[in-house]
Parts: sequence; structure tokens; C-alpha cells
Amino acid sequence: MQVSKMKRVYVNEQWCLGCHLCEYNCAFANSGKPDMAVALKGKIIYPRIRVEQDGQITYAVNCRHCTDPICVKSCIAGAISKDADGVVRIDQEKCVGCMTCVLVCPYGAVAPNENGVMQKCELCLQNSCGEPACVKGCPNRAIVYEERG
Amino acid sequence: MGVNDMISTFEVVRNEQRCIQCRVCETQCANLVHYYHPDTGLMMSDESKCVNCQRCVALCPTRALKIMKNRCRMRENANWSQDTILEIYKQADSGAVLLSSMGNPNPLPVYWDRILINASQVTNPPIDPLREPMETRVYLGRKPEQISRKEDGSLDTKLAPQLQLSLPVMFSAMSYGSISYNAHASLARAATELGIYYNTGEGGLHQDFYRYGAHTIIQVASGRFGVHKDYLEAGAAVEIKMGQGAKPGIGGHLPGTKIVGDVSRTRMIPEGTDAISPAPHHDIYSIEDLRQLVYSLKEATEYKKPIIVKVAAVHNIAAIASGIARSGADIIAIDGFRGGTGAAPTRIRDNVGIPIELALAAVDTRLREEGIRNRVSLVVGGSIRSASDVVKAIALGADACYVATAAVLALGCHLCRTCQTGKCNWGIATQRPDLVKRLNPDVGSERLVNLMNAWKHEIKELLGGMGINSIEALRGNRLMLRGVGMTEKELEILGIAHAGE
Repeated sequence: MQVSKMKRVYVNEQWCLGCHLCEYNCAFANSGKPDMAVALKGKIIYPRIRVEQDGQITYAVNCRHCTDPICVKSCIAGAISKDADGVVRIDQEKCVGCMTCVLVCPYGAVAPNENGVMQKCELCLQNSCGEPACVKGCPNRAIVYEERG
Repeated sequence: MGVNDMISTFEVVRNEQRCIQCRVCETQCANLVHYYHPDTGLMMSDESKCVNCQRCVALCPTRALKIMKNRCRMRENANWSQDTILEIYKQADSGAVLLSSMGNPNPLPVYWDRILINASQVTNPPIDPLREPMETRVYLGRKPEQISRKEDGSLDTKLAPQLQLSLPVMFSAMSYGSISYNAHASLARAATELGIYYNTGEGGLHQDFYRYGAHTIIQVASGRFGVHKDYLEAGAAVEIKMGQGAKPGIGGHLPGTKIVGDVSRTRMIPEGTDAISPAPHHDIYSIEDLRQLVYSLKEATEYKKPIIVKVAAVHNIAAIASGIARSGADIIAIDGFRGGTGAAPTRIRDNVGIPIELALAAVDTRLREEGIRNRVSLVVGGSIRSASDVVKAIALGADACYVATAAVLALGCHLCRTCQTGKCNWGIATQRPDLVKRLNPDVGSERLVNLMNAWKHEIKELLGGMGINSIEALRGNRLMLRGVGMTEKELEILGIAHAGE
């Protein structure tokens, strides 16, 4: 499925403050819990967006939902698919935890959850947030959700 | 460090049930109040460093933080307040002049709050601004004394240069240096979109902002920083800054630590040197001297731009304004004693100058009495907080208002009043790159535009209620105002009747 025209999450590095709020908003949105303190208190978080940092430069990275995703091709269990809406999704029931997708992803956007099952950004379209939580919670509008050419 | 430095003004209250140790408070605090203790896994705080800027509170994702007034108080004393005592300790430690930022926080009278606006009932219909056209546009500059005709009998329509404002509000002077690049970018973009003006302050105009020149008022102050030919030609008007409401009678001092990179280039002074604006303009000791500078600037700009003279509201303001009107200035800007600042000596900020409401009424009355009100437009600033303050100012006789504190509040300022430290956590009053980037001008300019559009709607509603459909028809219409809880003298100076009269 070749879907290139779609809304994606983009990060404007110039405005990223490295506050890591996106990571916590992501972990909360995907927790299924109604309150962030209840969801994340005392837990190690496994967010699907990660802030890369080197000195003053900070930059949040998550799945690019590639037009021709290499993770889909590499998955030995057929657990990753690019759906009609362009979103690359992981069927966690099928994932065998071989980590091939982790190795091949050029952005480092796939990682295991606390149970060793692979997870990545699926744009919060199917969780309680309904829109990307990282975008909604970014205090400096550094993360945006838009269609680019 | 003295032992008294340990007395904290604020306390950090952290709800441990909610705190998830995400450390956002730690990364966001330039004052280094919050830190993570790895052995206990707890967030700790050194509240002696807290300035209550509310950055951590605003960004805490679980609402776990509160900044409170420190409940640990010294023994109560109605004469010696704790703040007064702490200032004594501070000076005993440092031997230095106390510095403060933003406007006078003391409980002195706010006359706007004692003035009420009229509305139409029964005998004169109010106007619904959603149905009827309403004019909020104003022009600032010298107006003709009388209608004159050319030799062929046609009307002489040539006017002195005018500034056109879509609503009677402008962003007042804040220099690049005292505020950040992104704060200036936000103001410039918002002023352009709104069809109003922002003001460079005395720090020159960054080369990136020349393209907003049509909506820029450029300032010439006593330090003459960043003044050159292109600068004078870049703006829509030139403002001579004689004084500032927060610190009448003294100059300015931007420390060398803030004169870095572009700030140094824009001010045209070497990096790391203190930018000291003298208290007086050393070439101005009289109205005649002022006239020379006014006309020098008119010559330099080929009489195409109005010249503004900005003064602080002080005791003899009416006489001073009369002199300025006669100096050839096109616009007089008056800054009241509650006006903000990026840094001022505390004693001056809190004790020098007079309220803008009284100054405005006195100046408008005096200029009318002398028959020279048409020669100048009046712009007032010094804590205009809302659309109703604007309407009251116009009715008292102003042509437009200057706002700066309201504008920086829209940009995120929480009035912690520590601009002088240069560690503004909201990216406004700082030059530290990691802090400056916290103010995204896309967000900042949008919020400024929202604020001004909201005020414009409110101004129209207030006008409509009075049955007036044009802001020009309200100017100087003091019959639309009534005072409450004021003395005869106060009412006399304001030129308004008491409520019930």
C-alpha cells in the first residue's frame, strides 16, 4: 500500500526544549488509565517518542510512517502493516519479539514495551487521546501534526 | 552570603502522590530550584532560589506543584513588613542599590478602577456592534488647525504625516537586549498583522526586523544606541525617549553580560560593555534644545514621519507637555508611574512619578486651554490593563494607548518581577539561547493578535453601549465618565463628575 499523503507528526528542532513532556504524554495516552499520576507513578516509562539530546540540541523522534516502510518488509511474523490510512501499525498479538524491526528502522523509532513486545507511534488514533498526545501537550508547539508535501 | 539569605520568600509544595519524577520542573527552572535525588528517587527543591515565575507549575503534567508564599513568617509588624525587613538584610549584605523589574506593585490608587463608563438607556439608543459598523481606527499626528483652501479654491488635503492604527493601542517600547529576539519577533509580527505599531525601545533594530518597518516605531534615547541613517528610515515614526514611567529622572543600564552577539551589533557597541543610557540627553536642557532634536530627526527623515516625544508622568506634566507640543513634536507619549521596566532601582520605581490617569487629564485640559491640542496626538501608557482602561483613557482625552506589560503577559510572562536577573524562564527577558527558544514567535504573535482582537471587540461593545459608533467621537468626551469614591480634588483634576451627578 503506497500512501504518501497523510498527516504526520513533525518536530521543529528550533523550538524543541528538551523538556521530555512528549514522552510522558505518550506513555500516559497509551496507558489506558484516566489519570497521569495513577498511570505513571513509580513506573519506568516506555514512550513511543523519544527526545534525542546533545548539548543544547534536542529533538523528539518517533515513527515517520514511511511511504515504503522497511520494518513492514523485515517483520518475520507479518505483524507490521501499513494500513489504508497510511499508518504503520504493529499487531502485538503476532509480534514474536525478534527485534528485526528495531535493527532495520533508520530512525530508531521502534522499541520493545515493558513486556518485550514491539511498539511504536501509531499517532494515538486508537487510544484514549484520539489525536497525537505529544502534539497536544507540547508547550512550545515544537511538535506538529500536519500534512506536508 | 549572609545567614538571612536562607529566608525564602516562597515555598515549593510538591504533592508526592502526584509527582512522577518526570523532571520537567528541573529542566525548566533556570534558577535551579528543582533537582532529582537518585538515591531516594525523589524530586527535591531549594526554595531559596525560587522567584515564583510559575514555569514549573504550568508545565508539571500531573499538577503536582504549587508555589506558595512562605508560611514561615517573621513576627508580624504593621510598620516593618517582612518585605521591608528583607530589603534591609539584602542591603546590609550587599551595600548596593536594590533593583526591581516590571511595574510598581504597591497598593497605590488605581484611578481606572474608580471611574465608571456611561451607557444609553431609553432616550438614546445603544448600538449593537455585531449588526452595525463600528470604527476603531485612529490616526496619530498633527492635525490641521483649520480648513484651508488652495488658490484654485479646492480643499488643501495635505496633512502632516500620520500613523494609522486599526485600534487605539500600540505595543510600547521594549529594547532588544532587555527582551529577547523571539519576543521582538512576536511583537513585530503581531503589530504588522493587526495594523498597529510596536516600538524598538532604545536598543536599535535587529536587521531581521527591518521588513516590519512599516509597523515599527524606532526610538532615539539618551544612549543613542543603534541609531544610524537606515535605522531612522526603517520605521514609521521616530520616538525621542526623554523618560520612562518606571524610572523617571534616571537613565538605563543594560549589563555587559546581556550585550552579546546580535545585541552588541544592533546597539553598535562592543560585546561585554555595559550599555549605559545617561539620565538626561546631554544635548537637551530646554524645550528649545528638544526642538533642535525634533527637527534634526524630521530633516533626517525628510518630514515623512511623525516625531513622538515620550516622557514620564511627573508633577509638572501639563506644563512639560505644553512645551513639547510647541517643540514641533507630532505625538506626545506619557508613561505613568505604574509602567513596567526590565530593571529599575526599587526606590525610584516605587516612589517617583504620578498616576497616568491624572497626568492624562491634566495634559489634555492644559493643551485645550492653550488651544494647541490639535498640534499633537496624546498616547498614554503605564499600566493599561484592559479594553475598559483603553476606553476610559480615550474618554479622558488620549488618542491611543501604549501597552507593554499586557503584551508580555500574553507572551507568557507571569509577573515574577525578576527580569533584571536575565534568567526569564518564559524566554522573554533573557538572552540565554536555551531560554530564548522557549518563546516560539508563531505562538507569541498569535496570542498577541488574539489579545488585541479581543480588546477590539470589547471596545466596540463599550462604545456601542454608549451609543457611539466611532472611537474618534469618544475622545475627550469626559461626560461619558463618572467617578466613585474620589475626593473633590481628584474629580476636579480628572474633569469628571461623581457618580449620581
